[in-house]
Amino acid sequence: MSAITVPELRIVGFLCNWCSYGGADTAGVGRFQQPTDLRIIRVPCSGRIDPLFVLKSLVNGADGVLVSGCHPRDCHYSEGNFYARRRLEVLKRFLPILGIDERRFEYTWVSASEGQKWKNVVQTFTEHIHELGPAPRLDASLVKTAEALLTDAA
Amino acid sequence: MSNLEELKHEIKKRLPDLDVVIGWEQGFDPLRTSPLFMRTAEDVDRLLWGPLCVHNLATYLPGLKGRKVGIVVKGCDGRSVVELLQEKLIDRDQVVVFAMPCEGVLSLRKVQKAVGDLDYVESVETDADGVRITADGVDHLLRFEDVAASKCARCGVHTAPLSDVLVGAADAREAEDDYADVTAFETRPQEERLAFWLSEMDRCVRCYACRNACPLCVCRDHCVAQSRDPHWLSQEDSVRDKWFFQMIHAVHLAGRCTECGECERACPVGIPLLLFKRKMNKEIRELFGYRAGMDVNAVPPLQAFKVEEDNIKERTL
Ligand code: SF4
Ligand code: SF4
Repeated sequence: MSAITVPELRIVGFLCNWCSYGGADTAGVGRFQQPTDLRIIRVPCSGRIDPLFVLKSLVNGADGVLVSGCHPRDCHYSEGNFYARRRLEVLKRFLPILGIDERRFEYTWVSASEGQKWKNVVQTFTEHIHELGPAPRLDASLVKTAEALLTDAA
Repeated sequence: MSNLEELKHEIKKRLPDLDVVIGWEQGFDPLRTSPLFMRTAEDVDRLLWGPLCVHNLATYLPGLKGRKVGIVVKGCDGRSVVELLQEKLIDRDQVVVFAMPCEGVLSLRKVQKAVGDLDYVESVETDADGVRITADGVDHLLRFEDVAASKCARCGVHTAPLSDVLVGAADAREAEDDYADVTAFETRPQEERLAFWLSEMDRCVRCYACRNACPLCVCRDHCVAQSRDPHWLSQEDSVRDKWFFQMIHAVHLAGRCTECGECERACPVGIPLLLFKRKMNKEIRELFGYRAGMDVNAVPPLQAFKVEEDNIKERTL
């Protein structure tokens, strides 16, 4: 199923200014066809990405969250992405206990020259999210369903 | 001289050089203790030690920074003190740690389950047979294992990892913690896990007792839960905001939480908050081979990095 032809889902992308945002720009300038579900938020460095940005997006209704920064060793600030790597990996492994599908969150490294790689990343991640479908809305009606489900399981 | 008498003696010896020493005293009934702030020798005479001394007193240390403070610790509380020192949230030369080997503490929640109403308890005794409790004129004999806090069964740090005064022989019993509770929970279907937290968090009353009891929650008045700019959380009573607050707590405690269980103990509605924190710690241990509060010179893993990480695989997308 091509993500380009089905209704859009909401994917939030946090991109570092120096590499991945440049990479996305390169992909745009190269006029590569990409799905349009991704909403990009530009941040100065992947080290600026608080894991809570990701959790808040997921809790508030994002169907997927993508984080992308400079390749390790290429950080504009030398070591921002090294810290980011630890935090994001921990975050990814934390999601299962919450009952949030960990596949809804990915992080990756794309440099400014990698327009083609950026296109592939967006394409692949968007397709994954479409396979998962819309994320459950965390609201009062879901709490009711949850309680019913637990009573049945007990 | 019993250990407790010896401990009192040691505290009295050091008291003149200290602003305050924190320990426990009897609370409003024989089952409950409360924190005791000792400034005089008479105060020290009220000190208690034993399975009823549940509070982790390390919570008070960051707020008393700048003063000379003594603190009585169990093994788990001792880990919190070490973690606070590691993060330079307290100064080593301002704190005197009084340690005794701990044999476990009671979970009042479990006692309540076994005994029923716990409004007022007439007497409590612990001996080799177990815990004898008289409540509302009825005697109960409970097995210690059945009413001990869950953390005690998996405890491998009965004596504080760091102390200035150690009374009694250090207890080096070890226990393997395989995080079986976390694994068991995670084998439930995802839908059920989500449902579980939604229904648990729906009961949260946003009292923030979990946060206030946590020794490593040190932002106090600057907590993101109450900041208006940035506005992380609304004042709404939605399950989303309440749950998100617990995510904040877990993320901010990643690699720092010593699993003292105070968050869960303090929660008035009994939400199993420790499960989140243990999950975080399980992952931190697998990724970085690290446990918080064990080594005063260690750097918490999320404040550091390696250029080539041993256990983080390159992500492919
Ligand atoms: S999060 Fe809970 S278990 Fe961890 S240090 Fe804080 S109070 Fe203790
Ligand atoms: S202690 Fe329990 S009820 Fe209070 S804020 Fe924490 S989770 Fe909610």
